[in-house]
Amino acid sequence: MSKTRLDQKKVNSELFTLTYGALVAQLLKDYENVEDVNKQLERMGYNMGIRLIEDFLARTGCGRCYDFKDTAEKIQMGFKIFLGITPTITNWSPAGDEFSLCFEVNPLTEFVELPDHCLNLKYCNILTGVLRGACEMVQMEIACWFVQDQLKNDSTTELRVKFIKRLEDAIPAGDD
Amino acid sequence: MTIHNLYIFSKSGVLLYYAEWNRLNKSGITKEEEAKLMYGMLFSIKSFVSKISPLDSKEGFLYYKTSKYTLHYLETPSGLKFVLNTDNVAQNVRNLLQQLYSQVYLEYVVKNPLCQLNEPIQSELFKLKVDELMKNSPIFLNRSL
Repeated sequence: MSKTRLDQKKVNSELFTLTYGALVAQLLKDYENVEDVNKQLERMGYNMGIRLIEDFLARTGCGRCYDFKDTAEKIQMGFKIFLGITPTITNWSPAGDEFSLCFEVNPLTEFVELPDHCLNLKYCNILTGVLRGACEMVQMEIACWFVQDQLKNDSTTELRVKFIKRLEDAIPAGDD
Repeated sequence: MTIHNLYIFSKSGVLLYYAEWNRLNKSGITKEEEAKLMYGMLFSIKSFVSKISPLDSKEGFLYYKTSKYTLHYLETPSGLKFVLNTDNVAQNVRNLLQQLYSQVYLEYVVKNPLCQLNEPIQSELFKLKVDELMKNSPIFLNRSL
């Protein structure tokens, strides 16, 4: 069941790109406000992330992260598994609590151009939500945002990730 | 060899799923109380193990054994807890729990958008697949002790 699954269920990235495009276009129609769309994408990403992390853990058998460098590598591995791309990890902050993921190619944004009235749209904002949701499930609170975007004529797409705090394990609810 | 029963707890200690196969001794309290008791004990063992361990242990608590049965414990980094009671001669139970996670929980709960992640699992398909996995395992031998 599981051995062949990886190969059988591989989907064409173009189908994925277009489906995501349809989603963003629909959100723009529904909300008519770019800021709301950004927020909504992040929220949807979060909901995906909290489930996707289980898939990631089951496939890779990863344990908890030792440090934030380890986290960065695992996030990179996640992109490899789910999107088939390997972003580069760069621009570590001196404190080691912030890094950037740089995308040369981004399957989400193939065939995409932003029209003039959507210049504030963070087209790939769903990714920030996915990362936040996934990390939260492994007891790590992070913040995540785009600093560069190829859709806005930057040379690469750069996603900044910042460690905020480690969440505590839940203690059992006491008998009242 | 035999499998007695299975508990699955969420990160926050909610009993997501309970199933039993060969359980002769009933606890005499309600399922909810039993689950609380079980979770409390696991939580205590976990913190006990991590505090008392003379070495920096990566895995933490794995199982305990009494004269009659063995309790196997698997916790994922996302805080899901799988607890399986077997007899003392069962082999490779960790592997079985890992399979339960990756082939059953992942496929039929995580990938089912109608299953809420922090609520008891209602899915009939999931129940069926858990039962199937356990009964197909070589550890499972339907015989009363």
